[in-house]
Amino acid sequence: MAFSNSTRSLLADEIEQIKEDGLFKEKRFICSAQDAEIEVEYPEGASHEKVLNFCANNYLGLSSHPDVIKAAHEGLDTRGYGMSSVRFICGTQDIHRELQDKVSVFLGMEDTLLFPSCMDANSGVFEAILGQEDVIIADRLIHASLVDGIRLCSAEYDTFKHMNMKHLEKKLELHQDRRIRLVVTDGVFSMDGDLAPLDEMVELCNRYNAMLLVDDSHASGFIGKTGRGTHEHFNVIDGIDLITTTFGKGLGGASGGCVSGRSELIELCRQKARPYLFSNSLAPPIVNGSIKVIDLISSSTERRDKLEWNTKYFREKMEEAGLDMRPGETPIVPVMLYNAKLANDIARDMYAEGIYVIGFCFPVVPAGKARIRVQLSAAHEKEHLDKCVKAFRKIGDKYGILGLGKNEIIEKYGR
Amino acid sequence: MDKMKETVLEYIVDEYLDEDDEDEVSYDSPLISSGIVDSFSMVSLKRFIENKYSIKLPDEEATPEAFDTVNSICRLVNKHLG
Repeated sequence: MAFSNSTRSLLADEIEQIKEDGLFKEKRFICSAQDAEIEVEYPEGASHEKVLNFCANNYLGLSSHPDVIKAAHEGLDTRGYGMSSVRFICGTQDIHRELQDKVSVFLGMEDTLLFPSCMDANSGVFEAILGQEDVIIADRLIHASLVDGIRLCSAEYDTFKHMNMKHLEKKLELHQDRRIRLVVTDGVFSMDGDLAPLDEMVELCNRYNAMLLVDDSHASGFIGKTGRGTHEHFNVIDGIDLITTTFGKGLGGASGGCVSGRSELIELCRQKARPYLFSNSLAPPIVNGSIKVIDLISSSTERRDKLEWNTKYFREKMEEAGLDMRPGETPIVPVMLYNAKLANDIARDMYAEGIYVIGFCFPVVPAGKARIRVQLSAAHEKEHLDKCVKAFRKIGDKYGILGLGKNEIIEKYGR
Repeated sequence: MDKMKETVLEYIVDEYLDEDDEDEVSYDSPLISSGIVDSFSMVSLKRFIENKYSIKLPDEEATPEAFDTVNSICRLVNKHLG
C-alpha cells in the first residue's frame, strides 16, 4: 500500500503539532445562507445555533441578495451550469465579456480579465508582465496570494516597511537600474483594516518611473464615495496601473476575481497568465450574479453608505465600551488582545453570546498582536451592532480588559 | 567577527524595525521565529549580505534557521568567506 502506516503516522504527528501550537483550524458548518444572521453547527455534531455573523467578507450584504440570486438563476437557465473549458479555448461567453467591460467602467480602468479567483489573479499577473530584468517592490504586509505570485515570477523582488513611504522611496532609488519597477500593495489591509496611502504612492511611482498594483479585494464596492475602491478614496483613479480584486467579498461573495488596468498589461495576462490559461472559466451563474452586483452598486450608493454608517456607529460604541481597537475607517475592526489564548477564549465566549467572531494569531498576524477581527456588513442592522457591542462589554468585563490599553493588556495576559 | 555582527545588526534595525518599534534586537535575538523578519522580506537581508561581503549564498543554505539570529547569519557568512 502506497499510503503506509509510517506515512500516516508522520502526517498525524504534524497535525498533532499544529494542535499543540494552538493553530488548528476547527470545523464550523453554516447551515443557512450567508447573511447577518446565520445558523451554525459548532462544534461539529452540535445542534444548530442562530448567531450574528461578524466575521464574513459580506461587506455589502449582497451574498444572499434576492436580485443577485435571481440573476444567478437566469445565468444558469440561459448559459448553463459550467463551461467545461478554459477561457481561450471555448470558455468565453458574451456574459464574460459583459462582466469584464462593466468592471472596467466601475473601477475606471482600461481593460479587465476574469480569473477563477483573486488568488489566481495574483498568482498569474506578475509572471505574465515581468521578467528577470524587472523588480517588484512590495509592502511587507501584502496578502499571501500576492506573495505567492511574486515568488512564482522571475523578477527580482524587494519589500518596504508597512506603509512607510520613506522606506519605499529608498527602495525605488535602490532599484533604478531595473527595466521595470512595480510597486505592490493592498488597498485595504485585511488584518488591520488600514488604507494604503495611494496618493503618496502614486506620487512616488511617478517620480521614480514605477508602475503601481493595488489588490483592492477588501475595498471594491464600498471604499470611496461611490465604492470604486481605495483609488477613489484617495482620488488617484488615473494613477493606478493595475488593480486585482475579487467577487468573493463585497461584490457578491461567490467566487471569481480579476485583473483590471492598462490595456497592454491586461493583454499580456490574457496571453500568458497561467491560472487564466490553465484553469476553467468562471461559471455562468456566478458571472451573471456578478454583473447584477456591479449594476446594483453602480446605480446606488445606498449599501456602501449604510456600511459606512454601521462602521462609524460600531467603532464609536466599542470605543465607549473601552475595547482596544486599531483606529481606522474601514469595516475591518481589529479588537486588539495581543495574547493568542485570550483572543481565542474571548471569541469562544462571544459565540456563546450569539456573536460569531474569530481570534487571529501568529502566523496570520505578527506574534504578540493577536486580535479578534470584527467585520461589518451593510446587512447588519443597528440592533445587531448593539448586540455585538453588548456582548463585547460583557465578555470584556469578564476578562477585565475594558478600558485597558496595549501595555496593560500585555501586562495582565502576556503576549 | 564583531565588526560583521555590528554591521548586520545595524542593517536589520534600519531595514526591519520602525522608529516606534519596541523590539530590541541583540546578536542572539530570534529574527525569523519572532516575526521581526519574515521569510518574504528576508530577501533584502540576503541581498545586503551578499553585496556587502561579495559572496553568493545558495538558497539551500539561506534558510530561515540560518537567518534566525545575527550570530547564525555571521557564522554562515564566515563559512563562505573561507
